[in-house]
Amino acid sequence: MTTRVVIAGYGMAGARLAEEIRRRDPAGERVAIVAIGDEPHLPYNRVLLSNVLAGAMSAASVRLQEEGWAAAHGVEVHRGREVVSLDRAGRGVTLDDGTRVGYDVLVLATGARAWVPPVEGLTGDDGGLAPGVATFRTLDDCAAITAGTRGGVRVAVLGGGLLGLEAARGLAERGNAVTVVHPRRHLMERQLDDGAGEVLAQVLRGLGVRVLVNSRAARYLPGDGLKLDDGRLVEADLVVVAAGVRPQTAQASAAGLAVDGGVLVDDDLRTNDPLIHAIGDCARHPGTVTGLVQPAWEQAAALAALLTGTRSPYRGTKVVTRLKANGVDLAALGDVHAGPDDPRAEVLWLSEPARGRYAKLVVRDERVAGAIALGVPDAAATITQFYDRGLPVPPDRLALLLGRAMPYGEGGAPGGGDAAALPETSVVCRCNAVSKNTLVAAWRSGARDLTALASATRATTGCGTCTDTVCGIARWLARADKEEAAGVAHAR
Amino acid sequence: MRAATSTPPADAGVGAGGTAVDTHCPYCALQCGMTLSPAGRASVRVRPRDPSAGGLCQKGWTSAALLGSPARLTTPLVRDGGTLRPASWDEALGLVASRIKKIFAERGPDAVAVFGGGGLTNEKAYLLGKFARVALGTSQVDYNGRFCMSSAAAAAHRAFGLDRGLPFPLADLEGADAVLLAGANPAETMPPFLSRLRRATDAGGLIVVDPRRTPTAERAALHLAPAPGTDLALALGILHAVVAGGRLDHAYVAGRTTGFEETWRVAAAWWPERAERVTGVAAADQRRAAAILSEAASAYVLTARGVEQHATGVDTAGAWINLALALGLPGRRGSGWGCLTGQGNGQGGREHGQKADQLPGYRKIDDPAARAHVARVWGIEPSALPGPGRSAFELLDALGTDDGPSALLVFGSNPVVSAPHSARVADRLAALDLLVVSDIVLSETARTADVVLPITQWAEEDGTLTNLEGRVLLRRRALAPPPGVRTDLEVLHDLAVRLGQPPERFPADPETVFTELRAASEGGPADYSGVTWDRLRAGERLHWPVPRQPEHDKPEHGKPEHGKPEHGKPEHDKPEHPGTPRLFLDRFAHPDGRARFAAVDHKGPAEPPDEEFPLYAITGRVLQHYQSGAQTRRVEELRTAVPEAYAEVHPDTARRAGLSDGAAAAVVGRRGQVVVPVRCVPTMRPDVVFLPFHFPGAQRANLVTNPALDPVSRMPEFKVCAVRLTPAGEREAR
Repeated sequence: MTTRVVIAGYGMAGARLAEEIRRRDPAGERVAIVAIGDEPHLPYNRVLLSNVLAGAMSAASVRLQEEGWAAAHGVEVHRGREVVSLDRAGRGVTLDDGTRVGYDVLVLATGARAWVPPVEGLTGDDGGLAPGVATFRTLDDCAAITAGTRGGVRVAVLGGGLLGLEAARGLAERGNAVTVVHPRRHLMERQLDDGAGEVLAQVLRGLGVRVLVNSRAARYLPGDGLKLDDGRLVEADLVVVAAGVRPQTAQASAAGLAVDGGVLVDDDLRTNDPLIHAIGDCARHPGTVTGLVQPAWEQAAALAALLTGTRSPYRGTKVVTRLKANGVDLAALGDVHAGPDDPRAEVLWLSEPARGRYAKLVVRDERVAGAIALGVPDAAATITQFYDRGLPVPPDRLALLLGRAMPYGEGGAPGGGDAAALPETSVVCRCNAVSKNTLVAAWRSGARDLTALASATRATTGCGTCTDTVCGIARWLARADKEEAAGVAHAR
Repeated sequence: MRAATSTPPADAGVGAGGTAVDTHCPYCALQCGMTLSPAGRASVRVRPRDPSAGGLCQKGWTSAALLGSPARLTTPLVRDGGTLRPASWDEALGLVASRIKKIFAERGPDAVAVFGGGGLTNEKAYLLGKFARVALGTSQVDYNGRFCMSSAAAAAHRAFGLDRGLPFPLADLEGADAVLLAGANPAETMPPFLSRLRRATDAGGLIVVDPRRTPTAERAALHLAPAPGTDLALALGILHAVVAGGRLDHAYVAGRTTGFEETWRVAAAWWPERAERVTGVAAADQRRAAAILSEAASAYVLTARGVEQHATGVDTAGAWINLALALGLPGRRGSGWGCLTGQGNGQGGREHGQKADQLPGYRKIDDPAARAHVARVWGIEPSALPGPGRSAFELLDALGTDDGPSALLVFGSNPVVSAPHSARVADRLAALDLLVVSDIVLSETARTADVVLPITQWAEEDGTLTNLEGRVLLRRRALAPPPGVRTDLEVLHDLAVRLGQPPERFPADPETVFTELRAASEGGPADYSGVTWDRLRAGERLHWPVPRQPEHDKPEHGKPEHGKPEHGKPEHDKPEHPGTPRLFLDRFAHPDGRARFAAVDHKGPAEPPDEEFPLYAITGRVLQHYQSGAQTRRVEELRTAVPEAYAEVHPDTARRAGLSDGAAAAVVGRRGQVVVPVRCVPTMRPDVVFLPFHFPGAQRANLVTNPALDPVSRMPEFKVCAVRLTPAGEREAR
C-alpha cells in the first residue's frame, strides 16, 4: 500500500524531500508524492542566487530539477499554486484555486518570506513593494533587481546580514554604486563579534561597497533614495531589502499547529499533529538555526527515510555560516561572542585589519566551541573539520587558529637552497634514498662532479628533480675544498 | 619523442652470459627501460637505458639482486604431513592434475578457480585465461588487478567507451603547464615519472590531492588534503567552481559530450563552501585549483589508487573525469585525463582474459560476437566457453564454502598479504582442498599451499607487457634460469596436457603465444593484431590499438610509419598500422562519438569513524617496496632502508593514545588489528592513521581494511576504514 505524501512548498526543502524519497523508493511503490509550489519556476537553488545577481550564473543553471524530472519520477507537482488552508480532520489541503488535495501525510516545507521593515515608503498602499524597491529572496526578485540595475546605478542595500552582503558584493561586481545600510553596531552581528564585523566592513569598503553601520532608514523617497533617521540621505535608484526573513506559518497556525518562530517539530520532524511534518525554514527544531540550507537538506533526508520505512532521527545541525561573496572568505560557527573574561573558555584571536584578516577561536573542554575566520581560508576549513567532528583540538591552539593543524597547501620542492645548511642526514635523492652525508662521502672518495656523484650514489638517477640540490652540494664542497687549500697555503 | 630505435637493435645476447640486454624493469607500470649486463647469476649489472626519460628508482637499481638470491625457489614443493618438501616436477604436476580431475568429477569445473596477477606478461595473462576457460572449463578466474585500477577502467569505459590508462603518450606530459594528481603519489610509486612533470612543477601548476602530505604533495604548488573518502565531493566542488567562475568550456561540452545538464544538477549542490565542509579543503583552494587548470595552455587530470580503491571508486574516478570534460581536456592534443596504472602489466593484464568478465582483446565475455570470435581462435564451440565468474574478493571469499571453489591455482599474486580483510582470506585459503601457488619465492600465500611451483623471473624469460600509456614493450631474457625452474607458460602447457588438452593448444613459447593473442584480440577494443615481436625488436613504439592490415595491402618490406592512423598511405601501398599514440582526437569510442558525463554524487566512506573507532585508517606505498613485498622484502638494500611497517600519525594523535614516536601500537578495527611501531609526522591530519601495505604477519595493513565493494568494478575499499589507536602489548605479539 502506498502512502500519499503531500508536500506543501516545492523549494530547497520540498524539492529535496521529493528527491530523497525517490532515492529510497524509485518506483513509487511505498510513497506517492504530490507537491505544491507557489513559484511559477522549476525548483531552484536559492543559495546560488548571489551568483545569478553577480552575473556568474544563469537562471537555468541554478535549477534543482529539470523540466521532466517530476514526471519521470512520478511526482505530481502543482506549480504556481499555494496552500491556503489545512483541514486536519479531513486530511486535506485547499489550494488558492480552490482545488482540494487529500493526504495521508502532510509535509510543510513552505519556507520563509523576506521581511520588509516598517520604513515609510517601502511599501505601497496595497501592501506591495513600492517601485524601485526589491527584496532578495526569489528568482523573480533577482530578475527585478537585475532589470533595475542595468547599466550601473546607485543601490542601497537595507540590511548588513549574510544575504544583504552577498547581494551588495554581487551588485558592486556588476558595476553598481552600492551602499549597505545596517541598523546595528557592526555587520552580521548574529554571527560575528565587534572586531570581525569591523574588519569585514573594511574589506567590503576595499571592494568598493560603502558600508554604513548604526544607521536606521527612516523613509524611502522614490528617485532620491533612503533618508536615514539622523537626517542623512543615501542616494539610490534602487533599494534592495535584505532585512531578514519570517517563516511562512500562517496556515499552520490557523490550523492549530504549535508555532513559535516556526512550526515546532520533534526529532522525527513531526508537528503536534502526528500526520503532519515540517522541514526547512518554516520549521523549528530545538537547537537548530533556520535560514540555512544544510539543516533543510539533512531534515529532508531524515524525513524521507522515515516516510519510506526507516526511522532516522534528526538531531539538529551544527551550523557553519559562510559568506559567499567574491573576494571575501568568511566562516563563522558556534559561540563567537565569548570574550577573554569567560572563565570556562579559552579564547584566542588575531586581528590584522590592514590585510583584511581576523581569526578567533573559542575552545571549551578541548573542543571548538566557536570560531570566526575572515581572510584565513585554511583556518576556516580546518576549524570546521574539528567543529563538525567534535575532535579534540591540538595543544598548539595557535596552529589551529592559523589553519596549520592539518596539512595545507603551500608547496615548493626543496630546491637548490643552502647546501651547507642542509642537515647531514637529510635525504637528497628520495628515489634512491641518498642522504647528504652519502654524497659528501662519495665526494671525499673522489666523485667530483655530477656524473661521478650520480654513478657513485645513484643520486639524480631516478626522477632527476634533486639535480639542483646535488649540484649545489657539489659546488659547496668544491668551495670548501678550495678554501681549505687556500687556508693551508696561507698557513704555509 | 625519444625513440627506442636509438638503442642497439640487440636481439643479441639472449641467454648468453656477459652480453648487455635491453629490457624493462620488473616492477611498476612505468616499465623503465634498463640494460642488464650479466656476469654470472649473482652479479647482473643494471643500468638505466634512457636516463633523459627518467632513470631508475632504488627498486629498479636493485632489481637484479633477487636473481641470485638464496630466497628463490628452485624446486617444486609438495605438502606432506603438514610441511612442504621438495618434489620433482613430474610428481608436483601429476599431483595437481590428479587432484583437479578428482575435484572436477565430484563438484564440476567451477570447483576449480584461478587467480592471476597484473605483473604477468601479456602472454601469461592470455594463456592463463585460456587455460581457465578451456583446459579447466571454469568461470572462476580473476586477478589482483581487480584490486588495482578496475574502478578507473570502469569509469573510463563509461565516459569514453574505451579504457586505456593514459590515452596519450607519457611524453606529452612534458609539455603540460598544469597537472592535477588525484590520489597519486608517484614520487614513491613510480619516481622517474616525476621527471615528466618538471615543466608543470616549475610553472606552479602541480596540484596534488592526497590526505597526506606525501613527497609528491611536497612538490605541489597546491596541495589539497581532503578527509579520507571525500574525494568525490572535492571533485564536485572544483567542478562547481569551474562553472561559477565562468571557466566551463561551452563549445567542447556542446560539441563533444553528453550528459552535462544532469551532472551539473548534482554539482550545483556542491558549491565550494559546502564541499569544504565535507572535505576540509578550503573553498579558496578549490577555486584556485579550478583557475590553475583552466588558465593553463596544457592541462591534465591524472588519477590513481587513492581515487579508485573505494566502494565508490568508479563514481569518484568519474567525478574527476567530469572535471576534465568540463575543462575540455580529453581527446585533445596537449591535454587530457588519465589513470596511472600501478602494476607492471596492469594495462595488458586487464586486456587479455584473466578477468572474470572478459575475453582477450578487452572483449566482454557476455557479448555473443566476442565469444564467437575467441572460440573460433581457440578451436572450440562458443557454447563451451564459461560465462562471467566471481570478482577477485568475492572469489577469495567463496573459497572452501558450499557453493565456492575447493581448488585454487595462484599465478603472480600474494593474496594473503594483498587482499582486503586478509585474515578472512587466509581462513578461506586454509579451507581449500587444493591450493597451488606458482611463484619465484616462498611468499606468504605459497607457505600455505599444497603445491608450490618455482618459476622463472623477468630477466630469465621473454615476454611483452603493456605499460601505463598502452604501449607494448618487449622484455628480454638476459640470462638462463637456474636449473629446476620453469616458466609459467611451461607450467600451463604441462598442466593442460595432463588434463587432456592437445599440446599445440597451449604453446610454451612466448612468441607463439603472442601470435595467437594477436588473432584473439583482432577486432577487439585492445587490438594487438598488427603488433609483432619483430616490430618490437626493431624498436617501434606501438600504442594499441594496432590493427593488422589486410595481407594483400601490405608492402613486402613495409617500413613502419609513425603518426596518426588516418594519415596512412593509399590502399594499394598500405604500411603496417603505426599504432595509436593518442586516442579520441576525432571522436570518443561511444557509438555517438561523444564522451559522457556521469551524474555522480558524494556518498562518503562505507565505514565512517564513530565513537568506538574514531580515526580513519588509510593505506599506501613506500618507495622501497612493491605490492605485497614478496620480492622487495627479499632485497637486502630495500629491506635495510624500510625493514618493517609503521603507523604514521600526527604527534597529537599519538600522544592522546598514550604513544610516543617508535612505540608499539595496535591499530584496531572491526575486522582485526595491525601491530606496528608509531611514526609521528606533524603534517598528518590528526584524524588519520597511515599504514603501508607491503608487510606480512601482524603488520599486514589488510587485517583492518574493509572489503566493501564498488557495485560496478567490485573494487574493495582499501583506502579507508575506521580504527582506533592503542598501545600494543609486547612487540613479540607479531
